[in-house]
Amino acid sequence: MAPFSSLRELRQGLGRGDCTSLELTEAALDRARRLHESLNCFITLDEEKAVAAAVAADRRLQDGSAGPLTGMPLAHKDLFCIEGWPTTCASKMLANFISPYTATAIDRLQGAGSVTLGKLNMDEFAMGSSTETSHFGPTANPWALQRTPGGSSGGSAACVAAGITAAATGTDTGGSIRQPASFCGVTGLKPTYGRVSRYGMIAFASSLDQGGVFARDVEDAALLLSVMAGFDPRDSTSSAHRDPWLESVPDNGVGELAGDSLTIGLADEFFSEVSEGAECIDEARQALEALGFRCRTVSLPHIRTAMPAYYVIAGAEASTNLSRYDGVRFGHRCDQPASLADLYERSRSEGFGTEVKRRILTGTYALSAGYFDAYYLKAQKIRRLVAEDFAAAFRAVDLLLAPTTPGTAFRRGQLTDDPVAMYQQDVCTIPVNLAGLPAISLPCGLHEGLPVGVQLIARHFDERRLMQAGAAFQRATNWHEARPALEGAS
Amino acid sequence: MNTGWEAVIGLEIHVQLATQSKIFSAAANRFGAPPNSLACPVDLGLPGVLPVLNEAAVRMAVKFGLAIGAEVCEHSSFDRKNYFYPDLPKGYQISQLAAPIVGPGVLEVPLDDGAAIEVRIVRAHLEEDAGKSIHDAYAGQTGVDLNRAGTPLLEVVSAPDLRTPEQASACFRQLHSLVRYLGICDGDLSQGSMRCDANVSVRPQGREALGERTEIKNINSFRFVEKAIRFEIDRQIERLEAGLAVVRETRLYDAAKDETRPMRGKEFSDDYRYFPDPDLLPVVIDEAFIEAVRTELPELPGARRRRFQEELGLSEYDASWLTRNPDTADFFESAARTDGSNAKQVANWVMGELTARLNREDLTIDSTPVTAEALGQLVARIEDETLSSKTAKTVFEALWNGEGEVDAIIDARGLSQMQDAGELTDLIDGIVAKHPQQAEQFRAGRDKLLGFFVGQVMKATGGKANPRRVNELLREALGKSG
Repeated sequence: MAPFSSLRELRQGLGRGDCTSLELTEAALDRARRLHESLNCFITLDEEKAVAAAVAADRRLQDGSAGPLTGMPLAHKDLFCIEGWPTTCASKMLANFISPYTATAIDRLQGAGSVTLGKLNMDEFAMGSSTETSHFGPTANPWALQRTPGGSSGGSAACVAAGITAAATGTDTGGSIRQPASFCGVTGLKPTYGRVSRYGMIAFASSLDQGGVFARDVEDAALLLSVMAGFDPRDSTSSAHRDPWLESVPDNGVGELAGDSLTIGLADEFFSEVSEGAECIDEARQALEALGFRCRTVSLPHIRTAMPAYYVIAGAEASTNLSRYDGVRFGHRCDQPASLADLYERSRSEGFGTEVKRRILTGTYALSAGYFDAYYLKAQKIRRLVAEDFAAAFRAVDLLLAPTTPGTAFRRGQLTDDPVAMYQQDVCTIPVNLAGLPAISLPCGLHEGLPVGVQLIARHFDERRLMQAGAAFQRATNWHEARPALEGAS
Repeated sequence: MNTGWEAVIGLEIHVQLATQSKIFSAAANRFGAPPNSLACPVDLGLPGVLPVLNEAAVRMAVKFGLAIGAEVCEHSSFDRKNYFYPDLPKGYQISQLAAPIVGPGVLEVPLDDGAAIEVRIVRAHLEEDAGKSIHDAYAGQTGVDLNRAGTPLLEVVSAPDLRTPEQASACFRQLHSLVRYLGICDGDLSQGSMRCDANVSVRPQGREALGERTEIKNINSFRFVEKAIRFEIDRQIERLEAGLAVVRETRLYDAAKDETRPMRGKEFSDDYRYFPDPDLLPVVIDEAFIEAVRTELPELPGARRRRFQEELGLSEYDASWLTRNPDTADFFESAARTDGSNAKQVANWVMGELTARLNREDLTIDSTPVTAEALGQLVARIEDETLSSKTAKTVFEALWNGEGEVDAIIDARGLSQMQDAGELTDLIDGIVAKHPQQAEQFRAGRDKLLGFFVGQVMKATGGKANPRRVNELLREALGKSG
């Protein structure tokens, strides 16, 4: 099978016996190794475990007990805990941590037969938009090696864009799936908050974090979501919402949408942020109109305030979520602590990188006595206003179309010294997290040789319309089939 | 006492709830297992784990709320209390600050003198217990045992309605009794199942404004609550009388030295940065749930106390003593309801002989070898005069040693009092005939000689004669019935 095959093609090939899982797995391992030096998208590759899983998958393919993903190599963002695997969150703090348990989402993907190839690079603790804050070094964008793949799930985006695996998992707290998907020219899905269990997904900001996927196209993303999604008794915030459409995806695909009955909203507040690739997004709008979608303008007046609110809320939650990394039970511990305070101070000072410390400090500040009302409470009020803006818009339209990012992939180091400019990367994605909505980034063109993404946003738990519209768009266009010209890949 | 001063005391009592599993994980909630054997990934605070609220803990909290006539809050929520300590795995404790599950209620507290006071309960909230730091197991190092981490706690906060150490101790005792009745806590103070913090201040008699207070942490017995508070009141008065100020601080009670002293260490920050825990949804309790819990409420200690007084004729003191512990009350009630028994007598036996014996052997009433039925029968045999108080003690001893049922023991040992008038009359006539001189003197007015004849009869019967009957028959036989 070719490296850029989709999951559906792999499923067919494996089903017909054109290839074995072992062949696919070894080919993927081989490609990952050859690209390692140029991309650095894996933190861990484990040939032994991957091959053992592939051999088991081939047995199941033979005896007819195969599941929807049996034999397909996948790679996972290194903040999903997998039993027996190092799970580092790209941090020195967890560089030595081997998880004794498996995250629910990964457990479901493995239970459906997928082969875990390795763990993917990311910004440390998912804090960043460039995969440059990783303790294990930056990941390169397969389209332009001197540019970032975006972040925080940059390793996942690069892995799929480089044709190593057909799909990969990621997480999206403020845009960490959609922005790198946009930068790397792949399809990136952030489901409704509560769709995918957060159990075993190392927390950054609990009320915003949501697991999702990178794939070649919408159909593959839907297939993975159908396996990962669903209520988990280990996660109180996972939704008990049942979705017969999603359950039917492995058999029937995402299905057709009656396009002419749907209205897509466009908000100036998003479009005014675009500096590069506006022409591609406009073409995407035209393509959707040609498919029968009606477009109209809507207003989301409060999303201008979303970004500062996001950084207060995410920082506040992160500051306490990361308290458990104290050098006592697991993770990095400083040498020869002189006292308990010294153990805490040095273990944490040494174990966390600059960006993580910045967010712990700002979050701690926002929750401090005397500042709580001015920061945390105010940010929560803004969050509600943003959610109400979306709710009002969705009374008039069925989907929203927006740019995923203000521009295309930036150069490594370009924004490193300007955290606020880096935070601006997520200006179009953050409001969606604050409202807990599902959204998808679709490749919609190239601007000066670099991929541009367009974002579709839907109502809570309306992944059906979101993905049926996305699939319709991909049937009408071929931007999702564009491949980077990778040196050293073959 | 300290005349001229009044103490103002409020209690915060942590009640470990007797759930099967922990408050936010599936690990077993049990005391005494090998260190860290009951700590699952959630209790260890591993990366990526999430808390899930145990409904049994909610049910128990609601039960408590209903028992003190409190408002059970329809909406409550969990907050994170942030601080670093090695036995606090996540670096925060999940607690309820802004919206506790139980609102204001009232605890009726009987005092030893038979009076009762009403203590307002401000709130009760759910939270997780921390693990334990073990400082003496490894030289120069501290061990951490996380078995206790995640044990459900109900923190009960009283208003500052208590005025004396005795009242404070009685309040703690009454709360202990209540949670035992409700079956929501095993009440084992020695294992830390209930721990009491006391807020103490003093003010001149008659003044409204409160003095500066101190908090005494982690007191784990009724007696120590009394002693710690007494020490603290005296200490504060001494300072104030010497013209010194009371400093607001947290103190620990050292039972060995019978003193409180400031808690050392700066590990507790002043700013806990409380905020709503985003991992847990608000707890919503509807009427149906509350009503379902209400049907599970047992008879509460106050109601039972009044019933024992009214139905069984017990004194306030006895009723209060016997209803403190539900096991004792059950034991008493079943013994008192045995055919032919007598409640007051049973009360005396339970509070006297039985309790003394249990204490001596370090047993509790649920492991007593003398069953309630057996004690009831024993009392019945005293009532029908088969046994004297002396022979009853012999039977009790035999029951304790497992020698069988009451009547079988009486038969086997021949302990039945001689009741039959004919048999006794013959014996007494013989004795009177044997001692004509003493009989003559008695008839002449030496009343004291009756004792001599009783002694002779008792000697002849081996103590089995009913003394009251012996008296009657002797007076008859000596021709001078009384």
